[in-house]
Amino acid sequence: MKRPLLFTTGTMALAGLAFVLVNSLPGCRPSTTQTVVTGDAASRVYVKPGTHDEFYNMVSGGFSGQLAVYGLPSGRLLREVPVFSVDPETGYGYSEETKGMLMTSHGFIPWDDSHHPELSQTNGIPDGKWCFINGNNTPRIALIDMGTFRTHSIIEIPNSAGNHSSPFTTGNSEYVVAGTRFSVPMGDDAQRDVPISSYKETFKGTVSFIHPEPETGKMSIAFQIVTPAVDFDLSHAGKGPSEGWFFFSCYNTEQAYSLLEVNASQRDKDFIMAVNWKMAEQLAKEGKGKRVPGRHYSNWWNDKTHSSETTVVEDVLQLDPKEHPGLLYFMPCPKSPHGCDVDPTGKYIVGSGKLAALIPVFSFEKMQKAIAANELEGDFAGIPVLKYESVLHGEVKKPGLGPLHTEFDANGNAYTSFFVSSEIVKWNVEKLEVLDRVPTYYSIGHLCVPGGDSKQPWGKYVIAYNKITKDRYLPTGPELTQSAQLYSIDGDKMELLLDFPTTGEPHYAQAIPADLVKPREVKFFKIEENQHPYVAKGEKEARVERKGNEVHVWMTSIRSHFAPDNIEGVKLGDEVYFHVTNLEQDWDVPHGFAIKGAANAELLIMPGETQTLKWVPTRVGVWPMYCTDFCSALHQEMQGYVRVSPANSNVPLKGETVSVDAGV
Amino acid sequence: MSTSTKSIAIAVMALSMMAACGGGGTDAASAGPPGAPTLEKETGGSKAKLLTEADVTLGDIDNGMAEKGKTTYDVKCQACHSMGENRVVGPGWKGITTRRKPEWIMNMILNVDVMLAEDAEAQKQLEQCLVRMPNQNLSMEEARQVLEFMRTL
Repeated sequence: MKRPLLFTTGTMALAGLAFVLVNSLPGCRPSTTQTVVTGDAASRVYVKPGTHDEFYNMVSGGFSGQLAVYGLPSGRLLREVPVFSVDPETGYGYSEETKGMLMTSHGFIPWDDSHHPELSQTNGIPDGKWCFINGNNTPRIALIDMGTFRTHSIIEIPNSAGNHSSPFTTGNSEYVVAGTRFSVPMGDDAQRDVPISSYKETFKGTVSFIHPEPETGKMSIAFQIVTPAVDFDLSHAGKGPSEGWFFFSCYNTEQAYSLLEVNASQRDKDFIMAVNWKMAEQLAKEGKGKRVPGRHYSNWWNDKTHSSETTVVEDVLQLDPKEHPGLLYFMPCPKSPHGCDVDPTGKYIVGSGKLAALIPVFSFEKMQKAIAANELEGDFAGIPVLKYESVLHGEVKKPGLGPLHTEFDANGNAYTSFFVSSEIVKWNVEKLEVLDRVPTYYSIGHLCVPGGDSKQPWGKYVIAYNKITKDRYLPTGPELTQSAQLYSIDGDKMELLLDFPTTGEPHYAQAIPADLVKPREVKFFKIEENQHPYVAKGEKEARVERKGNEVHVWMTSIRSHFAPDNIEGVKLGDEVYFHVTNLEQDWDVPHGFAIKGAANAELLIMPGETQTLKWVPTRVGVWPMYCTDFCSALHQEMQGYVRVSPANSNVPLKGETVSVDAGV
Repeated sequence: MSTSTKSIAIAVMALSMMAACGGGGTDAASAGPPGAPTLEKETGGSKAKLLTEADVTLGDIDNGMAEKGKTTYDVKCQACHSMGENRVVGPGWKGITTRRKPEWIMNMILNVDVMLAEDAEAQKQLEQCLVRMPNQNLSMEEARQVLEFMRTL
């Protein structure tokens, strides 16, 4: 049984390789025999039925706006957490309570583009408490609670556009950062209404430092540093010796505002921007900087009222680096750097020029010396530019084409993804020597090693997140699945173990040992602690009340009936609010609620929780409602009716559940 | 609600339940019923062990305790259990303490998944009611108060 299977797998992998070599990338991809999956790959990713994976893999959904959770090494999809996009399955963004999570200064925004999951850290190590993720399009940062796997907090970033180099964390999650991809004009209406061609004079970038409150996860913007107009791409905090600094890659130092494909690829070098955030923090504390207009929403989910709470802030504290020498430095970095990754020791910063054929590695120690010795090659828009040679630890020569992102293991090795040549290259950080390379299928973007951007990588695997799958899966029309690939990094050679398809675009991901997360899991919400204004704590509190043309239903659900399940006296023109409390107090027993003609979605109510669906009946008649989440053997009996009468009717309002005597 | 329609539905469900339960749960080490999360026993701590006769002692009815039990009943039990003799979803509670031993009642409240997997009487009741009794996660103290409340009915 084993041999034919092996033969088949190997043959298919070779066929795939041949297809690529012939069809797409002549001369760009190194050809290698390592594409054959080795003999015991299946057993190394097999997670026996009923047992758990070793790691959680938090994978961004890219343009889905969500965050997907996979188990590793199996690649099984466990959950899709709604973050920036509405989700009719759970009612997120549709229920009255959750709508506020997606409110911004632009109103209700039901979609975004989520790119970079970043796990919260304690002492530079992922702690399994939260996962942050950025929304690019309408700049926002979200915080997902790893106890509930729900979006717990979302903050809008003012004076920002294209929130891409986000939301990377400091070593104790004092801050997560948000940097602008697009520079834009800022200030009042007159200051913002300028010709696009005035880019160099009027456009600015910003990097914001967002503080999540350790107890509550509420987020606020501590300060925002205004920068010259460039495009920020990615970022990472310093650690160990470089603790207190933050590094951002930036491209478009040409300051182009049209056809960036060509116009922003002119200069030999762009920059890594080094920010002394400890200094910025001190300046903010001393009351330096000024509050500038920057209306933004901070939304927070209250687990007791089961509702969102919104704070609107009108301004933001901005620091101008020109007034504070020592706050910002630029380090020249070849060719439109993309990744900006700090190794586990905190001594080295890896910039990946995505159009370069080398990887520059910067030394934090040398950077400090260059600053002390004032070794500058000039300034860029008033910000000092350090000499390339003075800050360089060295270059990895000819590693591949189009280096993008780097993660690390605990043994001094780096793993860099190469988009153009579709491969992962392993190299030694200290010696800058290439040690191994494996092809990916195809066009890898980010990659992830568990703990691979922290002080303490857990290693074991590197996962490739690919942009193109082409022939790897059963075809599904014009749009094909995107995918991840799992490689073992235990030995000297990387070994491909598994392909698994992903939801949306798996832009970036992080992985953490499951043992750090599992003890945090919330199994249900205690009904005693439910402070929802419309909670019904038991069927005794179930009822229907009219307030003008609003009809409020205090409804309960338990296996397997609603109370009330017969409602009469609703009239055309009424707005009906079903406040459904799930009375269950056990794990894994949500109830759903749906009613015919609802123009929004269903509700999915966790045990002990209350959620509200607004329903506006459009016709006279009797309308069915039912539980959507299979809850028991009598789930199909979990249903009821709402009678809707004409606007001028006199049918008295009532709600009841009528029981026959079912016997003792 | 038509009673005859209801009994047909129950009969159909009964058949499918039998099929689903057949053959499971003979291994005492994996006492969870088919489909029950295995973690439940781990997280249940001391609750995973069934109480015996010696664990529950009854004295004169303590009205203070019974009152607290009634409060818990209203929130967590009343949706399925009447205070009379009639069954709603689960059995009515009037006289229940004369029909069931106190430790059996406590075990049903605190450890329903194990009871439904191991206890013949509990299984017989499930065949009647067809809805697995939810674990409403009462503490030992709360369960004891509910038992006291039952004694007043």
